[in-house]
Amino acid sequence: MIDLHGYGPRLLEGALITIELAILSLILAVVLGLLTASAKMSRNWLLHRLGTLYTTIIRGVPDLVLMMLLFFGGQIGINMFTDMLYAHYDIDIFINVNEFVAGVITIGLIFGAYMGETFRGAFLAVDSGQIEAGRAYGMSHWMVFRRVRFPLMMRHALPGLSNNWMVLLKTTALVSVIGLSDMVRVASEASKATREPFTFMIIVAAIYLLIASFSEWGFARLQKRYNVGFGESH
Amino acid sequence: MEALIANITELLSDNTIFNMQTLGYYGQGLATTVQLVFLALVIGLVLAVPLAIGRGSKRKWIKLPIFFYTYVFRGTPLLVQLYLIYYGVVFVEGIQDTWLWLILEKPFYPALIAFTLNTAAYTTEIFHGAIKATPRGEIEAARAYGMSWGLMMRRIVLPSAFRRALPSYGNEVIFMLHASAIASVVTIMDLTGAARFVYARYYAPFEAFLFVAAIYLCLTFAILFLFRFLEKRLLAHLKPASQ
Amino acid sequence: MAVTPIPLEVRNIKKRFGDTEVLKGLSLQAHKGDVITLIGASGSGKSTFLRCMNLLEQPNEGDLIVHGEEIRFKETRHGREPADWKQVVRMRAKLSMVFQNFNLWAHMTLLENVIEAPVHVLGKSKKEAVEHARALLERVGLAERADYYPAQMSGGQQQRGAIARALAMDPEVMLFDEPTSALDPELVGDVLKVMRDLAEEGRTMIVVTHEMAFARDVSSQVIYLHQGVVEEAGPPAEVLGNPRSERLKQFLAPKH
Repeated sequence: MIDLHGYGPRLLEGALITIELAILSLILAVVLGLLTASAKMSRNWLLHRLGTLYTTIIRGVPDLVLMMLLFFGGQIGINMFTDMLYAHYDIDIFINVNEFVAGVITIGLIFGAYMGETFRGAFLAVDSGQIEAGRAYGMSHWMVFRRVRFPLMMRHALPGLSNNWMVLLKTTALVSVIGLSDMVRVASEASKATREPFTFMIIVAAIYLLIASFSEWGFARLQKRYNVGFGESH
Repeated sequence: MEALIANITELLSDNTIFNMQTLGYYGQGLATTVQLVFLALVIGLVLAVPLAIGRGSKRKWIKLPIFFYTYVFRGTPLLVQLYLIYYGVVFVEGIQDTWLWLILEKPFYPALIAFTLNTAAYTTEIFHGAIKATPRGEIEAARAYGMSWGLMMRRIVLPSAFRRALPSYGNEVIFMLHASAIASVVTIMDLTGAARFVYARYYAPFEAFLFVAAIYLCLTFAILFLFRFLEKRLLAHLKPASQ
Repeated sequence: MAVTPIPLEVRNIKKRFGDTEVLKGLSLQAHKGDVITLIGASGSGKSTFLRCMNLLEQPNEGDLIVHGEEIRFKETRHGREPADWKQVVRMRAKLSMVFQNFNLWAHMTLLENVIEAPVHVLGKSKKEAVEHARALLERVGLAERADYYPAQMSGGQQQRGAIARALAMDPEVMLFDEPTSALDPELVGDVLKVMRDLAEEGRTMIVVTHEMAFARDVSSQVIYLHQGVVEEAGPPAEVLGNPRSERLKQFLAPKH
């Protein structure tokens, strides 16, 4: 058996943090992605511009830089805000930026931009006749979205979504740099302490591959579900 | 050049953060980032071409190891790969007694190795896909005209695959530029490293990171334009003629 | 008197895909200046037969003799393969093929397509190859299209370009695999005209085609294939003018 020098339980906790972080960020990213896609497809000039600005900047700057900006800058920004509250309204609160929340927000923000592109492409790929058919049968706007557009769009979005998820999963490793004890951070500490980097890093790499393979399987099943009625080819 | 620097110094004289010294850090950081990314990309590209050809081989003992390599390097975070190599080289038996240690002692080279292996894995898959997409008829024509396998690869398959791979490869270059930010984690003074240093010294996260974000944004656009230019020139053959 | 070797001779070619035998022992001799047309319904094996002649398909049995040189084969685990691929490469350089879908190399201009094999396979100098290529493009009526990419030309132009590419090899025999089947009807004429000219100047050609008029007017021999065997063969006047088998009569009957 491999000797983990007592780091086993911490490594496991780290793995759970990685998974939680990834799933929560994904949810945020999907929500932001849908909003961004709508903004970029909107006829409103300002919304369109804002959507484009957001996706351009996020996709032009390294994840790590954005993460540090939001984490380190976020703390100062909040402090400035609470100081202002204290000075003007005599409200005294202190908000400490939690690494986990900062991680979820940053990763969610970053992948919201990528999801936005994925969803936009997918919405545009839906045959407009299908939507007209929904309207023609008296469905409300929201009903058309929920019953027709969304399910049809998902079929086109899934490959991109799955791809974004795989990248997102790997991006979670960056939170170890801002101090969150995910499995990469635990492994890095353990490597230094025990002087056995190969053992720990290879275990962590294997866990990533395991999660990735499991997700791949899950997405393949989802794709099958959304492909119903479109034959096997995709 | 001197005059330009003098101008900038004057312009920035009323702020305490962007002085000659910090700008110097950013400048050196930029040089390190460009060096690191450029070297990794070039070596990665050279490795990826034979790997991509082998990846499509019919022989299992060639195909499977390459598949395993790309699967592992594309499926795990670059940070883990960097740690593995950066912490790992120290423990290679007897390495500290050889000349190799002189190189690997500096964090630049473990980082370069990690980045190179990573981009080579992605590039291998990109090229593999592009080679697989070569129209069957063009390959048949090459065979029918008496080309040997090597000649066909060199003259027909690879030139056409490289062109097809160009858009995806452009994305990979941008990806690599952004991924290189983690070099700062192993104490390399790249662009992000410079920003972290300035942040730590002046406790000014917005200035330090927004400035570096702007530089990355400019670099990203430069790469985008370069590839758009290349695509225009090299993918001209796919567009119908404007009559 | 020195005997000039026959440009192409194939004997008793058999080809199986899995359990189905698609070619059941076919032979053919192409003498200098012969124009042999292979006709038959789809699935009769005519294209496969042609592709066996330059080994784009590996025949399971049979002999191939190109310009007096017999191709050597060896048995491997995967079936029969050429013993010496260098010999195959040399042989293919003597037989140039024109494909149904043209198969011009998309990343090269027309001129580059035409000089590619002469320069890199035959080792001609680039200057010489370019001169020859320009003359050939002139012949097929594409002189001003030399610097166009295939995607920028019509199907008929691409196919005439492909014929120029084939001619640039100075081939012993030209193999045509349904060269007009992928073309719009109005573009067929130009390609057929080029082929007629080639026949008239004494090129040795083997043509798989559905163009009965071409088969009747141009060929020296017509071979009608049915399910991998030669059902009828001979001069066009005989085979097309006076078909003996019921099947060939049906095949030749005007379709509505």
